[in-house]
Amino acid sequence: MIRFEKVSMEYEDDNPVLSDLSFLVPKGSFAVLTGPSGAGKSTLLKLVAALERPDDGRIVVNGQDITALPRATLPYLRRSLGLIFQEKKLLFDRSVFDNVLLPLAIGGEPTRDAARRVRAALDKVGLLAREDDNPAALSGGEQQRLAIARAIVNRPAILLADEPTAGLDAAYSREIVALLSSFHKAGVTVLVATHDEAPFTASESLRLHLEKGRLLP
Amino acid sequence: MTSWLRHHRDALSTALRRLKDAPLNALLGALVLGIVLALPATGEMLISNFLTLAGLVSTRPQVSVFMVVDAPAGAGAALAETLKQNPAVQEIHFVPRAEALARLKTNEGLAEVIDSLPKNPLPDAFIVTPKNDTPQKLEALKSELAKLPQVAQVQLDSAWVKRLDALLQVGRTALSILALLLGVALLTVSFNTIRLQILTQKDEIEVSRLLGASDDFIRRPFYYAGLIQGLSGGAMAWLLVFGATLALRGPLGTLAAAYNLNLSLQSLPSEETLLLFVVSALLGLAGTWLSVRRFLRD
Repeated sequence: MIRFEKVSMEYEDDNPVLSDLSFLVPKGSFAVLTGPSGAGKSTLLKLVAALERPDDGRIVVNGQDITALPRATLPYLRRSLGLIFQEKKLLFDRSVFDNVLLPLAIGGEPTRDAARRVRAALDKVGLLAREDDNPAALSGGEQQRLAIARAIVNRPAILLADEPTAGLDAAYSREIVALLSSFHKAGVTVLVATHDEAPFTASESLRLHLEKGRLLP
Repeated sequence: MTSWLRHHRDALSTALRRLKDAPLNALLGALVLGIVLALPATGEMLISNFLTLAGLVSTRPQVSVFMVVDAPAGAGAALAETLKQNPAVQEIHFVPRAEALARLKTNEGLAEVIDSLPKNPLPDAFIVTPKNDTPQKLEALKSELAKLPQVAQVQLDSAWVKRLDALLQVGRTALSILALLLGVALLTVSFNTIRLQILTQKDEIEVSRLLGASDDFIRRPFYYAGLIQGLSGGAMAWLLVFGATLALRGPLGTLAAAYNLNLSLQSLPSEETLLLFVVSALLGLAGTWLSVRRFLRD
């Protein structure tokens, strides 16, 4: 569950990015956050992951008021979320396997369990045969699937995806949406930010439309 | 295995992997640290050998206690007892006035002069060997003995002790200043090496933070890298000093033999070797701490 209560935020240039946002994404829902570029979608996702802090208001994630959390505990919150970034943020100095292993290493997962879970995650996204490859050798769609495998390897209750289909053709986009839908069906709360809503119309259970930092009805 | 131990094992393996990825950088870094550390370590080695040499060429300082010439009978025995009971005295040797005169007469040209004297002008004397031969303790003993009854004069031959002590003091002070300056240089080298490593790993650090890595998780591999780098520098310095010892042993041994001394130059003693490794490790860690702290703060 994600709840925003009168959340506002502006960057240092005094331009409000988000203004007085209040909404609820219930547990187990597939929410799609739409809006044009610069509407504040990425910032909203960063607020959920506590990568940014709001100037006003309260954000509750999985029953926990994350705006009140001290800085030192924020990493633990991030470990409980699955994050898929617009820029993918893959590491090209290591294999596909090691990219997916990173969140488990951060969490201190025992080696044998970690290897099993990495392979299970790679299997889910269809990249098990590529585990020894460098991410640079993967196509754009495969790289996005790798990013998804890394996001779900910790079995998060909430999956946040920022423009997961950006730069992909229609076929790859359908693959990615199908993957996210499968996690949603398995009980994961999914929040996707996208400027291209078409691939998600069949999957969404909640739509939020953001323009100039405000939610439109 | 606990999560804490696992994190440390993973951090160590990450640090080793990064070193393996850039072996030339690691080797050159250790070499620079080794050369910097080798300078004060070589100085310490030379001072240590100089002390050994000083022990070979010098005798322990002695204090001569001269009694008054007309001391009553039995005064010598009483003074001997007092001296023996003094805790600062290791041993005494009594020189009767007759023996002193006889020894003086053996000097060429003095026999006739001494024979012409109406009576023995020399007093009974004691040669006192002190337990502690530091200049301060010797001066204190001299003052104490001068106050004893029937003692006319106390003579302390401590000039060479003072000179040696002053020379060592100069050597050690110069070495301390050198070590301090080189320590700062080493800290800077370590700081910069780790800073470069941080910049190289910037993407990994950024992604790790986004995925929930704590500051400790990010710091740990760098601390291990700093520790490994410091210890490698210490090992390199030890090898350089050892090599210098081997190279100098022959020529210095020959030089010492020319002065009838048996000197075999020794490398750093175990205490100094331990100190070298502890200092190099601490400097590596301190440089890392400064570098990582600055990066995380920025």
